[in-house]
Parts: sequence; structure tokens; C-alpha cells
Amino acid sequence: MAVDKELKIELGKQGVFVTTIEELYNWGRRSSIWPMQFGLACCAIEMIATTMARYDLARFGAEVFRPSPRQADLMIISGTVTKKMAPQVVRLYNQMAEPRYVIAMGACAISGGPFKQGYNVLKGIDRYIPVDVHIPGCPPRPEALLQAFMTLQKKIDGQSLTGENRPRHLNADAPGEFPVPVQGEHDLEPPANHLVWPLPVKQGTGNCVQGSEKQ
Amino acid sequence: MKTVEQIKAAIEAAVPGAGVTIVTNPSPSAQHSLLLNPSQAIAVANFLREDEELALDFLSNVTGVDYLDKEVAEKVKVTKQVAKTVDGVEQTIEETVEETRKHLEPGHLEAVYHLFSMRKKHGPVVLRMRTVNRTDKVELPSFTPIWRSAEFQEREIFDLYGIVFAGHPDLRRLLMWPEFKDHPMRKDYVEPDDFEYEPTAHDSVMARAKSHEAAGEQASLSSAEAAR
Ligand code: SF4
Repeated sequence: MAVDKELKIELGKQGVFVTTIEELYNWGRRSSIWPMQFGLACCAIEMIATTMARYDLARFGAEVFRPSPRQADLMIISGTVTKKMAPQVVRLYNQMAEPRYVIAMGACAISGGPFKQGYNVLKGIDRYIPVDVHIPGCPPRPEALLQAFMTLQKKIDGQSLTGENRPRHLNADAPGEFPVPVQGEHDLEPPANHLVWPLPVKQGTGNCVQGSEKQ
Repeated sequence: MKTVEQIKAAIEAAVPGAGVTIVTNPSPSAQHSLLLNPSQAIAVANFLREDEELALDFLSNVTGVDYLDKEVAEKVKVTKQVAKTVDGVEQTIEETVEETRKHLEPGHLEAVYHLFSMRKKHGPVVLRMRTVNRTDKVELPSFTPIWRSAEFQEREIFDLYGIVFAGHPDLRRLLMWPEFKDHPMRKDYVEPDDFEYEPTAHDSVMARAKSHEAAGEQASLSSAEAAR
């Protein structure tokens, strides 16, 4: 049950702190998202710039970049995911402990970007793992990454701990491990995990749009 | 620096039976190249590197080219025996007619090397080597023992074009994974059909997008059923 905002402020003035477990829990989750120290291509340079003094991602609770997936909460897919690298990216994601989040940074990570028609570039990492925030750009500016980070924090804040829209780690039925694609003779097998990436649905114009039916 | 003709003469003087051909470049850059006979190529390369005057000690670039099999049509004059009635008398006479003949010119793969001299500050000298065909006789001698910088570039050509460099110390795929079977830079490479959305679909891309739409409807129906 949410506490009335006015009442909360009034009580705060009196030295009484009122909150809910949900609020406290989400505050804790969103204030200490530690990203994984992991970059893939040119976008990684921009990600590094975001963590440096000028943009200072640490202000938002992304205090340190952890070199081990076991200690990281956030995977920033910063750059081109080649088909040679894709199985390793999925494996790293599988090794992260819940709660975990993914930001797909840049045109390459969200769709294959300038290399979409290439033979060795994955056309979007969301084919294999669930992505929380997509940022377009080539590369996105550090401000865009900060915006994505704040969007992720808002998303976490908005989650309730019970019910349909509860976070994945509180849902025993949600998959914890995602199949790692195999490098086959001509392509990755399978080319996409259709549980996280549904096949496009007809739009009537000859173009397909990823996701569920739209009117 | 010596012209290609002079280099060719120098090679032929030093390596008997080298079999060097000049491939001319008709563009304004006029950067002609030397087509080597693969069986003599190592000796020629050694000469180019060791020769005092040329001293081509730096290999800057190696690349591959794919030439598909092509049908060539050429006009030939043929003499034929034809039956004709001349002045009311039937007789066979010889007649020359022009005919278009088509034949298949087999394709080949080519490796191109650009050489410079650090010591003499000149270059480039462009070398080419051709395989016999594009399918089974794709072996060329490796220049890695002579110029170390060829190592990764020859591996890349092996990966993307499928030229097998004999004498290469570590011939593995460089960019694609070891299980991969195709050679993506070949002109007849068929890329996997692995993307669905095309912002400005037309022609063949449109046809492909449509086929994916059908597949997508099927999948969404079956997943809706599975959810029920
Ligand atoms: S989106 Fe642009 S900047 Fe980012 S990895 Fe791709 S090519 Fe590089």
C-alpha cells in the first residue's frame, strides 16, 4: 500500500520515516546497478567516456564496472555483436546473477546497424536475450546512455513485487537460462530464440514489424 | 624505380622459366601488375626481396579477387561447304561466313600482393597469382615465409575466398568460426536468410519479406495456441 505523499513529507519533517517494502526494495535495486566491464566495438568508447569524470555514470549508482559477470547487474551491449561473439555474449548473460538488466547500446546492438546486410553480424542482440532498454545512435552520445540508465531506473521503480508484472527473478516460472546459439556450417543455429524475439507479424504494407499485433 | 617491363626482364634473367606476364591497368593510374606462375612464385619473390636494386622488403597488402566462370561470345570466320545452284548447275562451293561462338571461360581466384621498398623508398610493385579454378584446384604458394606480414592477410583470404596457401605456417580461418563452411566474399555466396525487417522493401527483398510474414503469422498462431 502506497503512503500518501503529503503525509510522508509531513511525517518526515517530524523525524518519522515511512515507506513500503516494495519502495525500499526497488530503491535498493535501482541505486546499485553495477555494469559489467565489457565492450564490443566503437560504442564501447562512448560507454567508457560516460563512466569518466565528465559524464560520471557513478552519480546514478553504477559505481564500479565489475570484470566478472557474477558480480554485475547490468550488461551494456556496447557495439557490434558478431556472430562469432554472440554465443559468448549469451553465455556471459547466463552467468550473471538475478536481478540482471540489459541495455542494447547503438544501432549495431539493436539491429545490426550499418552491418545489417553483412555476413558476420548479428542483427540485434534481442534475438537471444531479453533487452530492457534500446538506445539508437551510431554511436549514441554519453547523454543517451545516461538517459537509458535513468529509463532503466524508472522501469525498476515502477515494478511491483507481486502480480503479473513482477520482476523476473521473483517469478519462479520465468526462464533463468537462455539457450546459447551454436556456430553452424552457414549461420548461428538457431538464428533467433523465438521466446524472447517473436517473429514479425504482417502489417499489410509489405513491411514487417517486430513484436505483437498492432492495429 | 624500374618499370614493370624492366622488372619483368630482371626477373626472367634471374629466374629462368619464371613465366611472368604483365597485366596492364588501363585506368589513369596505370598501375600495371605482374602475373606470376605459381610454380615459380617463391623463387621470384625471393629475388624481388633480395635484389639490390629492387629490395622490395615490405609487403603492405594482400587481397583476394574472385572471377566467376563466364560465357564469352566471339565472332569467328568459318569456311563451310554449302550446296548452291549456280547458273542452273548444282555444285558445292566453299563459303566464308561469320559465326558467333560461345565458350565457357573457367573462373579463378586471384591473390594480389602489393610490395614496397623501405630501404629504397619506392613502390608499389603489384604481384598477382591465379588458381586453376574456383572449386578444387585452389592452391597457391604462401609468401609468409618470405614476408611475415602476409600471415594474417593470407589467413583472411583463405577464410573469405577459399584460396589454400601451401607453406603457410598456420592456415586457419581468421574471421569466421572454424565450423563455418562457406567463403563469404565469393561472388556466388548465398547469405543466410536471417533478417526480416526491411525499411524500404522492394523487388526480391519484398518477396523475401512477404515469405517471412507468412512464417511469422504461422508462428504467432502456434504460439498463441501453445499459450492457451
Ligand atoms: S552503432 Fe556505430 S558506433 Fe556503435 S558499434 Fe555500431 S558502428 Fe560502432
